[in-house]
Amino acid sequence: MSERLAVRKTYKLYMGGAFPRSESGRSYVVTDAKGRFVANASHASRKDVRDAVGAARKAFGGWSGRTPYNRGQILYRVAEMLEGRRVQFVDELRTAGLSKGAATAEVDAAVDRWVWYAGWADKLAAVAGSANPVAGPFFNFSTPEPTGVVGVVAPDSPLLGLVSTVAPAIVSGNTAVVVASEPAPLPAITLAEVLATSDLPGGVVNILTGHRDELAPWLATHMDVNALDLAGVPADAVADLEEKAAGNLKRVVRPGDSDWGAEPGTARMTAFLETKTVWHPVGV
Amino acid sequence: MVFEYAPAPESASVARIRESYGQFVGGEFVRGGGEPFKSVNPADETVLAEVACADDGDVDRAVKAARTAFDKVWGPMPGAERAKYLYRIARLVQERARELAVLESIDNGKPIRESRDVDVPLVAAHFFYYAGWADKLGHAGFGTDPRPLGVAAQVIPWNFPLLMLAWKIAPALACGNTVVLKPAETTPLTALVFADICRQAELPAGVVNIVTGAGETGRALVAHEGVDKVAFTGSTEVGKEIARTVAGTRKRLTLELGGKAANIVYDDAALDQAVEGVVDGIFFNQGHVCCAGSRLLVQESIADELLARLKARMATLRVGDPLDKNTDVGAVNSAAQLERIRELAASGEAEGATRWSPPCELPGRGFWFAPTVFTGVAQSHRIAREEIFGPVLSVLTFRTPDEAVAKANNTPYGLSAGIWTEKGSRILWTAQRLRAGVVWANTFNKFDPASPFGGYKESGFGREGGRHGLEAYLDV
Repeated sequence: MSERLAVRKTYKLYMGGAFPRSESGRSYVVTDAKGRFVANASHASRKDVRDAVGAARKAFGGWSGRTPYNRGQILYRVAEMLEGRRVQFVDELRTAGLSKGAATAEVDAAVDRWVWYAGWADKLAAVAGSANPVAGPFFNFSTPEPTGVVGVVAPDSPLLGLVSTVAPAIVSGNTAVVVASEPAPLPAITLAEVLATSDLPGGVVNILTGHRDELAPWLATHMDVNALDLAGVPADAVADLEEKAAGNLKRVVRPGDSDWGAEPGTARMTAFLETKTVWHPVGV
Repeated sequence: MVFEYAPAPESASVARIRESYGQFVGGEFVRGGGEPFKSVNPADETVLAEVACADDGDVDRAVKAARTAFDKVWGPMPGAERAKYLYRIARLVQERARELAVLESIDNGKPIRESRDVDVPLVAAHFFYYAGWADKLGHAGFGTDPRPLGVAAQVIPWNFPLLMLAWKIAPALACGNTVVLKPAETTPLTALVFADICRQAELPAGVVNIVTGAGETGRALVAHEGVDKVAFTGSTEVGKEIARTVAGTRKRLTLELGGKAANIVYDDAALDQAVEGVVDGIFFNQGHVCCAGSRLLVQESIADELLARLKARMATLRVGDPLDKNTDVGAVNSAAQLERIRELAASGEAEGATRWSPPCELPGRGFWFAPTVFTGVAQSHRIAREEIFGPVLSVLTFRTPDEAVAKANNTPYGLSAGIWTEKGSRILWTAQRLRAGVVWANTFNKFDPASPFGGYKESGFGREGGRHGLEAYLDV
């Protein structure tokens, strides 16, 4: 009896809660660590970037307007769904070249990382906000607010690096357009399937696969993108993207220490926050 | 019977203006390599003093002096000692308050009432506030051992010359950084008196350096390789240029840029209070305020009544001699700025808005612009979109709160906003939806060192003031 023929998956983009192919009709070959064909990934275009930013902008009002408790619940639900797909993620990371032990450790770390960020949703305002003791009869307080649409150029740590850049961007209410790791995009699309089935509103996270050096400049120049995380950008491309980002004064996180296993701290969350200060007179 | 105001001029002599000023580098006043320039009194166009101009070599020496001071003295110094220096500076500012206020009004053109009651007291308050942080940085929420960044390059505008200096220098020094600051070329004098205050405080040489000059000097400073941090307050256009300059470097950047604030007046607002706030919002400091309430959004049902009261109030504004203690609106800072205000106001008329100014006799010499209000303004008009940076108010109307918010947010800027209503839930609802860094409700243009200030969107990034203001000067 012949062996069962596997049903292969067609990897697509994730945009506005749906899974379209690239409007360009292009794809590129993803190989495993030994160079063998694994899949054709969608090769997103400039138009896809624009559509994804449009979807992210559309989702911003609703997502940022939810209560932090609700965002925390939804993010925790994402972690639950991630946990349920551990085996699939381990397989994909092994395909990308990690040993079984390393892949398992990375998936566990990614799930735990997501849980950690989920818990921040309803604590950020208490930690990053303040009541300000001004020298006058005024009630004065500062609260953090999301900055808007964040463009994330994800690092080549295909799952842990990915969640470590996406979760801090959205936990405060931002929406994100993510350019996945170019050599290892498959965990990103699987993450998209997790997000699509975990109550996260469509458009909050949009994931594009393709060529980083082709897509990142359009994110950097887009006037409706408010911030950029350049985590996955090679050193020689940073200056150009930062210059482009200056066009509408995007908040930029430069590529830094790429030890994604280390304790992340709050810097990635606060980088995409604005502080709003409200004054009101006290008295009659 | 009408009582006329008698002139109540403050004496200019307390300003002790000298014929020429050097820049302040490494604890010494030194001449500059560039062509010296003149600072002019905008109220009568007389030359006040000649000021040294820093060339690239001067900027280099200043950055090196700051680096040496950072490495050898200021960086290693315990926070408690840094705090005492900052307290000293705060006290010296208070001791020389009248001199500073008068000099600021002469050099800038702002009314003495404002420099005396707003600018200088806030300068002292900023140094007091950040002095107290210097030995408490571990408690500021940035980890237990936050580190200074190093040498900060700071470029400030001409609208609040001394106050912007305080906003930049106080937190930088409190965090352990050393600074090279460039004041605007039209208003360098109070910064140079501040340099003298640093000497009186016996601040170690090189901790504060003041280089003087115009755009070229600023560019050289921002681009200097020895700088670890750049902080800029000024126009959005220059802010973008600076962001491009520091792109790809290790330099950290904070920007406080332009604004086009909406001042929203709902139909249930206390109208006389709202009128006071609208006037304060746009005519304070001749409208030379990045957070000025330059777009009045008034609910349609009360627009006529509010405008009548606004015009009546504007007619009582006294425009003239900045040193007269009765003056409400002083001189425009420079001929170039006056020209820009005139050009934009002319575009308002050309595009179809209706212009009104109270009867008001302007002095024959100097740079003056009467308080002006435009009605019938559409969102597409330049006067509703571009920052004018002058005493020009554009009035638009709205019908529903949603429309007010949509119009208020319809700008690339996001620095400040005002809300006038007696209903608390409406204040909070509106404040939540405004994309602006500072929201004044039933008040306007209030500032305090304990209160974070800064913009959303193209009004820049980073905050000055409060605990948040420390982050710009710490490695976090």
